[in-house]
Amino acid sequence: MAGLDEGAPLFVQIAERLADEIADGALAEGERVPSTNELAAYYRINPATAAKGISMLTDDGLLEKRRGIGMFVAAGARSRLLAERRKRFAERYVEPLVAEAGRLGINADELIALIRESSYAQKGTGA
Amino acid sequence: MTPAISVDGLSRRYRGQLALDNVSFDIEPGTITGLLGRNGAGKTTLLRTLAGHEFASAGTVTVLGASPVENEKVLRRMVFVREDQAYPDIRVRQAVQTASWLYPEWDADLAGSLLEEFAVPPDRKVRKLSRGMRSALGIVIGLAARAEVTMFDEPYAGLDPVARQLFYDRLLADYAERPRTVLLSTHLIDEAAGLLERVIVIDRGRIVFNTGADDLRGAATMVSGPAIAVAEFTAGRSVWDRRRIASQESAVVAGALDETDRARAAALHLHLEPLTLQQMVVRTAATSVTSPQERTIA
Repeated sequence: MAGLDEGAPLFVQIAERLADEIADGALAEGERVPSTNELAAYYRINPATAAKGISMLTDDGLLEKRRGIGMFVAAGARSRLLAERRKRFAERYVEPLVAEAGRLGINADELIALIRESSYAQKGTGA
Repeated sequence: MTPAISVDGLSRRYRGQLALDNVSFDIEPGTITGLLGRNGAGKTTLLRTLAGHEFASAGTVTVLGASPVENEKVLRRMVFVREDQAYPDIRVRQAVQTASWLYPEWDADLAGSLLEEFAVPPDRKVRKLSRGMRSALGIVIGLAARAEVTMFDEPYAGLDPVARQLFYDRLLADYAERPRTVLLSTHLIDEAAGLLERVIVIDRGRIVFNTGADDLRGAATMVSGPAIAVAEFTAGRSVWDRRRIASQESAVVAGALDETDRARAAALHLHLEPLTLQQMVVRTAATSVTSPQERTIA
């Protein structure tokens, strides 16, 4: 398994990897995604597992099948994915961040200052 | 779909000892199944019975729709690669040639390229091969046979990690090209876990789990953090194991966790870590063994 070891079911990890690539724009809309067998060979997993990951994204409408050619990134997939992630941003990142800050006695103003600092630093390095 | 392998009420007795105890399962065609368990759990006896090398004391075994025992029609459609396979006094080339006559779907090109990749010298006598090379020869024959039912019993004695990775890669590649029913018994569970679609865990002759590999991975979770929080989270749940150091505790909770559980764990500052396939099998074996020093799957 090439870099897949985070404990979540493998097919979920495969789906997340592909979703990340769509969100990044690395896999553009209309582009062909790797086939089940290509994914299986790359990640060293069972093709049925790779197929389950692909079908998760198909069910979500992020991928579409073109008969006889393969799976492609659906139109509008990236914007829908980003909208979905923005919706979950607070719950996934902000809430744990605030909780940990509270545990460390970092107040809201200090936290905001830290975020600003980090954001400048990342812009500065071109990240 | 008719199962590729069907075992019903299979028992095998050796001098009063039950090596297999009322084992039943079906394997769908075109799946890769891992047969996991400790040494002496009955894996080899089971595979040998499927290959027609052993007789059932009770129950029935059906492979590709018929009994494999002395059944040439079935045996030609299956290949069984044993740990430490014995060969007569012949050269590698002859061993491969002999195998090509046995299996109707034999792929000579694949055999040739695999021998090269595993660096097995074709003109060397099989008896002069190192242990690892002899394992590699078994793997070459097992893959090139392209048999509908392909069984590997701990096929990699003496193989280094690079060669084992090559085995996994070639198995997956050829399986993708020619889907077939693969049954692989192994101790190197985490290494092979990704390959497996189904998992059969056997302990002391009995089947403990027969399930999808993904289902088993999520079947238990290690919960760790402040002991008070762990106690609160695990209240009313089935807990397999608890360990404590100072005010920290970790507990293994059986059963899948849902979103609500995860949110609750996060609120309690608990760390969640799903058990890997290997950890699951170790736990399973450990719970049925009394002697603590034997609690490993070597």
